[in-house]
Amino acid sequence: MDLEFEKPIKEIENKITELKELSIKSKVNFTSEITELEKRCQKQIEEIYSNLTSWQILQIARHPKRPVLQDYIPLIFNNFIELHGDRVYGDDRALIGGFATLDHQKLMLIGHNKGKTVEENVERNFGMAKPEGYRKALRLMKIAEKFNIPIVTFIDTQGAYPGLEAEKRGQAEAIASNLTEMAQIEVPIITLVTGEGGSGGAIGIGVGDVILMLSFSIYSVISPEGCASILWRDAKFAPDAAEALQITAPALLKLKVINEIVKEPIGSAHRNYGETALNIKKCLIKYLQILKSQPVKKLLRRRFELYAQMGNIKSKQGL
Amino acid sequence: MAWFKKTETENRISGELKLDIWTRCPSCESHIYKEEWHNNLNVCPKCNYHDRISCIQRLNLLVDKNTYVELNPDITPIDILHFKDGKGNYKDKIKETIRKTNLNESVITGYGQMNGKKVAIAIMDFRFLGGSLGSGTGQKIFMAANYAVEHHLPYIVISASGGARMQEGMLSLMQMAKTCAGIAQLKKKNLPYISILTDPTSGGVSASYAMIGDVNMAEPGALIAFAGRRVIEQTIKQKLPDNFQTAEYLREHGFIDMIINRKDMKKRICEILEFYQR
Repeated sequence: MDLEFEKPIKEIENKITELKELSIKSKVNFTSEITELEKRCQKQIEEIYSNLTSWQILQIARHPKRPVLQDYIPLIFNNFIELHGDRVYGDDRALIGGFATLDHQKLMLIGHNKGKTVEENVERNFGMAKPEGYRKALRLMKIAEKFNIPIVTFIDTQGAYPGLEAEKRGQAEAIASNLTEMAQIEVPIITLVTGEGGSGGAIGIGVGDVILMLSFSIYSVISPEGCASILWRDAKFAPDAAEALQITAPALLKLKVINEIVKEPIGSAHRNYGETALNIKKCLIKYLQILKSQPVKKLLRRRFELYAQMGNIKSKQGL
Repeated sequence: MAWFKKTETENRISGELKLDIWTRCPSCESHIYKEEWHNNLNVCPKCNYHDRISCIQRLNLLVDKNTYVELNPDITPIDILHFKDGKGNYKDKIKETIRKTNLNESVITGYGQMNGKKVAIAIMDFRFLGGSLGSGTGQKIFMAANYAVEHHLPYIVISASGGARMQEGMLSLMQMAKTCAGIAQLKKKNLPYISILTDPTSGGVSASYAMIGDVNMAEPGALIAFAGRRVIEQTIKQKLPDNFQTAEYLREHGFIDMIINRKDMKKRICEILEFYQR
């Protein structure tokens, strides 16, 4: 999939490929021309990526080549021992977790498991978890608490799965329980939005001591399409809704909803998995260090205060 | 057909006249005297349909006369995002809603007595922006939970909401975590928390404080859901059962302890609180 706003980049890239082929065929050296074009291409990428609308950023967050959890695991963690099942109903492939090691730090990794191919996405339900996914996540968090290891969650979902079975098995209850329990879990929780942070499905594993977002990820109370079809009465206005909802990392940093933005390479994560993973790794190590030294009481008090300040409206402050 | 039209017009006029003293049950379509409808707490005497009521009506129904003290009555929504949609500004919508409903937020919170027993209470009102959970709503519910913890009181929350408030973006979503953090303190201190789900309780409200009561009660027929019916139908492309996402459906699947008629609600809450022996 090519993004509309990336067309100028694509054009230069095509030219470079052409020239390279030509130089092989005709045995003429185009090295200086190619280098020139590559410079121009880099400049073009920088220019385009520094002036994106919220809607364009959403397209990057949903980009089919954007790294997913399964790409990040081997690039960030030394090992990963997956744990399966919620012990009640089943094992949700859309939301996975298990023991992982980051450098020398043991931790519990939990995250939405989006796929890249059709087969993967069918198996993993496009990363849209059902109640058993959220209940498995909570079970794993309780293990982390028992083992006294920190929890890291990776958020990347359109939302919790809206289906008959999910409602029947208590999607609302599963998310609500996670929110309540995560407020009290006695180990550090770091949460990172890597792609799409879709509403209740995202926050269901997103109550942390530290909330991070990748530069071109989004986090939203409702999908811009859904918002547009309700408030504009037409999903066509989704780009307007995306702007109005303030879903980008810089906007949410300003609103103090998140703590820090984890930088993506120029041209976003799908152009360089390795660099993205390295930036995530550095940031996780930094916060794990900070949080590790805090006594449990202080940790929980700070977590409570973090959420207390979100939308902290005082009397007589309104209109 | 002139004669027919005339009759129709006459009917309509007489219908309007009738409407002053009559109301029609939205469910069974019976004509009921308005006075009877109100005396029966907006519940149809024929089919037991529970129509929505205001938070003030609910307050009078549950809390003993002259015992209620409101907490944070001045909190109103703030337009932090300067939100504008296809129809206008959120700011103007807030002003208009406050004027129309005579409420400052989608919830009133406070403390008072129920049959002489002191409780903290939060009552949502669907008329205020669809009972949506905004920052002010979350703040009030959170502060009332803190009040309950400080004063060792049971906490009763009556929900009526379409979900998180879109116009306040992510800060609304975060109210789910914030309110649950407040309720978590009650659980930690072993204080009773009773959640009452009324029509409708959905989205971000059902997926946060409404669903985590020690006891979850609902009114008959109330719509209780996570995702909207239309969204689900579009996703799974099948017809849904008729009673899907009703209070009765949720009780059947284990998420609601009991369905209680409006007129019996206060008595039942008090009965349950008597079992609290700490």
